[in-house]
Amino acid sequence: MTVQTKNPKKASILTRDKRRENLGRRWYKFSRNPMSIVGMTTVLLVVFLAIFAPVIAPHPEAAGKFVDFANASLSPCWRYPFGTDVIGRDIMSRIFFGFRFSLTMGMVVLILVVPPGVTLGLIAGYNQGTWIETVIMRITDIFLAVPPLVLALAIASVLTPNLFNSMIAVSLMWWPWYTRLVYGLASTLRNEFFVNSAEALGASSAHIIFREILPNCISPIFTKMSLDMGWVILIGSSLSFVGLGVQAPKPGLGTMVADGSQYLPDQWWISVFPALAIVVVVLGFNLLGDGLRDMFAAEEV
Amino acid sequence: MNSITFIIRRAIHSIFVLLGLSIVIFGISRIMPGDPARMAVGARAPQWVVDNLHQQMHLDEPLYAQYYYWLRDALHGDFGISLVTRRPVSEDIKEFFPATFELTLFAGVIMGGAGIFLGTVSARHKDKWIDNLVRVISYLGVVTPSFVFAILFLLLFGMTLNWMPTMGRLSVDVPRPPVITGLITVDSLLTGNPQAFFDALWHLILPGLALAMSGLAQEARITRSTMSDNLNKDYIASERSLGIPEKVIMRRFLLKPSLIPTISILGLDFAGTMSNAFLVELIFNWPGSSRYGINAMLRKDLNAIAAVILILGVVFIVVNILVDIVVAQLDPRIRLAPGRSE
Repeated sequence: MTVQTKNPKKASILTRDKRRENLGRRWYKFSRNPMSIVGMTTVLLVVFLAIFAPVIAPHPEAAGKFVDFANASLSPCWRYPFGTDVIGRDIMSRIFFGFRFSLTMGMVVLILVVPPGVTLGLIAGYNQGTWIETVIMRITDIFLAVPPLVLALAIASVLTPNLFNSMIAVSLMWWPWYTRLVYGLASTLRNEFFVNSAEALGASSAHIIFREILPNCISPIFTKMSLDMGWVILIGSSLSFVGLGVQAPKPGLGTMVADGSQYLPDQWWISVFPALAIVVVVLGFNLLGDGLRDMFAAEEV
Repeated sequence: MNSITFIIRRAIHSIFVLLGLSIVIFGISRIMPGDPARMAVGARAPQWVVDNLHQQMHLDEPLYAQYYYWLRDALHGDFGISLVTRRPVSEDIKEFFPATFELTLFAGVIMGGAGIFLGTVSARHKDKWIDNLVRVISYLGVVTPSFVFAILFLLLFGMTLNWMPTMGRLSVDVPRPPVITGLITVDSLLTGNPQAFFDALWHLILPGLALAMSGLAQEARITRSTMSDNLNKDYIASERSLGIPEKVIMRRFLLKPSLIPTISILGLDFAGTMSNAFLVELIFNWPGSSRYGINAMLRKDLNAIAAVILILGVVFIVVNILVDIVVAQLDPRIRLAPGRSE
C-alpha cells in the first residue's frame, strides 16, 4: 500500500514554510517527466482558449446561428486556418467554443459525481463486513455491469436531448467508479492504528470517516478526477456525436464531427479537426493525470 | 475452495446483478414523461384504443406489478412491440444481433491478439525505439474515441486510398450465404463459400480495427508492464542461469503468468467494445443491434431500448464470468484462495 498513513492532524501542524517546501518537492517530482508538463500545458491551453474564446477566436460569430455562403466549404487557408463548414462558419472558432461545452461537461459531471460516490465508498469501506457494505457494493456492481456509455445513452435518450441532460445521464453512470476506488482505500485504512485509536477515544463514525480516513484518500481521488475529466469529455463527445448532447447550432465537438462526416471525403476538414480537438483534450488530461499519479504515488487509480 | 464452487458463487452473484440491472432498465423506461400507450399508437388514435393498450400493457397497475409483468415477459424472450419497426422487438434483435456479435468478436480477437503481441515485443525490447513506438501508439489508442478512429479509417483507407469497403457486411454482388449462425464469416465457411468468407472478412477489417484500437492499446500497455515486472523476478534469473534459451523462457515461463492481468482487462474492454459499437456501426452503416439500438434511442422506442441494454448486460456479465474462469485456471492463487468470490 502506498497510501500515506500518517495522522492527517500532524500535517496541519506543519508550518507554512514546511508546506511550501513540500509543494516544491512535489512540483520537482511532477516536472521530472516531460510528458506531465506536456499534459499540463495542453490542459492550461485548452482552458485558456475556452475561457477567452469570444476574444481569441478569429470569427467568434461562427459559434451561433450564423451563415456566410460566400465563404462556405473553404479548405484550410490563412483566413480560416481549419477551413469553414458548408454554411461558412469558421471551424477553428467553433472548436474553441466547443472546448467550453466539453470542459463544462467534465466539471459539472465531476462535481455531481465525486461527493456522493466518495461518501458511499467511505461508508461501505468503514462498515466492512456489515449489511451496509453489502448493499452499497452490490448496487455499485449493478451499475458497473453495463458499460457506462450504453446506460448513459439510454438515459440521455429518454430525456430531452441537450447538454444538461447528457450531463445528468453521465453522472448517474459515473459515481460507482469513485465508490469502488474509495471503498478499496477505506477498507484497508479502516484497520490502521490511527483509526483504531480514534475509535478507542470514542470518536464518532462521521469524524472517523471524514476527518481520519478521507484525508488519506485525497491523492488517489484527485488523480482519478484528472483522468476522468478526459474520459467524461470523451463520453460527452460520443453522446453529442449521436445527437444526444449539445444541440446544433451550438458547437459541440462531437456534434461537429457527426455533421462533418456527411461531407467526407471531399470536405474532410469539417470533421477531422474537431475529432483531433477531442483527442488533444483527452490526451492532455490523461498525461496530466498520469503525472499526478506518479507524483502522489497513487497506484490504486 | 475448488473451481466449481468458485464458478457457482460467481454465477449466483451475477444473477443478482442482472436482476438489479433489470430494475434499473425498467426504471429508465418508465422515467420518461408522457404516456407510453399514447406514444405507441400515435396522437390521432381514438381514446378507446389507448385505453385498451393501457390494459394490455398493464399500465393501470402499480409500478411493481408492471415490473413483474415486464420481467416475466422478458424472461420468455418477449420484449414487446417496437414502436418504430412495428415488429416484436425480439425478432428485430434476433435479426440484428449476430452482426454486432460478429463485429465485436472480431474486434475482441484483434484486441487480444495484437495487444498481447505488441506488449510482448515492447517488453522484450524495453526502451528501444520499437518499445517507444508501441508506447506512443498505445497512448494515442487509449485517448482517441473509437468514433474518431472510425472516421479517420473510413476517410483514409475507405475513401482516399479506396482499399477497403466503407459500409455494410457484404458487397452487393456477393450473395449472402444461408443463415445458420447469423455470423456471415462462419456461415460461409460452413457452406463452403470462400468468396463470401473473404468478402465478409474484408468488410469486417475497418470497423473491427476502429473498435479494437482502444482495447488493443490497453492490452499492450498492461502486457508490457507485467512482462517487464516479471522479467526481473528471481525465477527468470534462475532459468537464465540454467542456460535455458531466452525464447523458451519467454514462451513457456513468462507469457502465462504475465497474461493474467491482460485477460482480466480484456473482459472489461470487450464490454467497452460493445458500447462503442453503437457509434462505429452508425459510421460504417453496419446492420447490427447497436445501430438498431441507437435508432431506437433517437426515436424513444422504449421496448427496443430496454431489450438492447438488457441483452448487452447479459453478454457483458457472461463474458466476465468466462474471463474469471480463465483467470482462475491460469492463476492458482485466485482459484485456491479461501473465501474470495471476486
